[in-house]
Amino acid sequence: MSNLSAEGGHGAVPLEGVPTGQGVPAPEPEWPLYEVFVRGKRGLNHVHVGSLHAADDRMALLHARDVYTRRNEGVSIWVVRADAITASSPDEKDPMFAPSGDKVYRHPTFYDIPDNVPHM
Amino acid sequence: MPDIHTSAEDEHESAYSGLLVNDAHWAFGTDFEDPLAGVDTTIPDGVDAATLATYALMLGDDSLVMSHRIGEWTSNAPDLEDDIALSNIALDLLGQARLLLARAAKADDAVVPTLPEGSPAPPEDALAYFREAPDFRNVRLAELVNGDFAEATVRVLLFSVWRLAVFERLRESRDHVLSAVAAKGVKELAYHRDYAARWFVTLAQGTDESRRRLITAYDALWPLWPELFDTHPVEAAAAEAGVGVDPATVREAAETVLDQVLAAADVERSEAPRRSGVLGRTGRDGMHGEPLSRMLAEMQSVARAHPRGQW
Repeated sequence: MSNLSAEGGHGAVPLEGVPTGQGVPAPEPEWPLYEVFVRGKRGLNHVHVGSLHAADDRMALLHARDVYTRRNEGVSIWVVRADAITASSPDEKDPMFAPSGDKVYRHPTFYDIPDNVPHM
Repeated sequence: MPDIHTSAEDEHESAYSGLLVNDAHWAFGTDFEDPLAGVDTTIPDGVDAATLATYALMLGDDSLVMSHRIGEWTSNAPDLEDDIALSNIALDLLGQARLLLARAAKADDAVVPTLPEGSPAPPEDALAYFREAPDFRNVRLAELVNGDFAEATVRVLLFSVWRLAVFERLRESRDHVLSAVAAKGVKELAYHRDYAARWFVTLAQGTDESRRRLITAYDALWPLWPELFDTHPVEAAAAEAGVGVDPATVREAAETVLDQVLAAADVERSEAPRRSGVLGRTGRDGMHGEPLSRMLAEMQSVARAHPRGQW
């Protein structure tokens, strides 16, 4: 007799053959969060501009167009669900980034770059 | 140590950099100049000025009234994102209205109400704020009192499917203003249609409740769909003169698009009968319901209280 529930405030009642609505997932209280990346007219890459909530991927794209390109900012938009992003933690900032701080030889600044090489 | 290049101030770092470099095309403030500046406003040969003006009023009133109704959603939509989406749609339509009403006034200033001496209101404002409901030529679909979000979805879908079909043809208008308005409007309306169609399918395929609401809204608005394709004598004359579009000729194209949305949403074409006019007269004839009068009372009250006001 494990099929009992006290849900709904009526005390423990048997559920056998009773339509209770249990097991039907409740609607999500809020739409998932998406991160928005916009490539500007003169930009070469997509830049993170903010986030928004949307019901699905396509709707996220439409919302991003409405919220973040109202003033003629962009020529291309990427959206990605925020929970699909793996991010580094602020706690690991030092082991992640500090070691590269004094490795000046990693910068290609000891070469002469010809004038006609763009975007360096 | 050599200079290390950082990209902190690189213009490519921000989508917003350089935005206001060339800002001559933005309207800052409200001291608008002539909206038709730089456009050839001569009336094409053989076109009756009053016909052109009335035709422009019809298209302009459709977008003005629809814009106001959608604008009423501002701060009331289910989510911030849809609030902004609906506001954008309303603003697009308001822009179309401004150009079309200005076109009507320029073609034949007899359509413009007379304002008190010294009023700075431009002709398109006089048309928007100083006409009574029977002078408005909009289709009745635009003026209905707002319902729930499903109703807004269906209304924007029906309106934009129809208007886009008309504007696609209006791009060929012999009138330079109408063809320019249509060329710009097609891009805006294509987006409105996409947005509304997306929500139509989402609500239809969502929960039992969202589907019930969507179909209720669809059945309630469907009786006003046939009116969109009625040919008013002014529209017939404008089409004959090569400046306008006879809406009856785009019905098939519009319904083909709509059927695709209905199929994707798994919604049957409504059987609801068309809503009749009053003594055969509908929105295009200036026959409107009480909701338009109430809407105009609110929309026009400030302008009418201060006809000499500077905004």
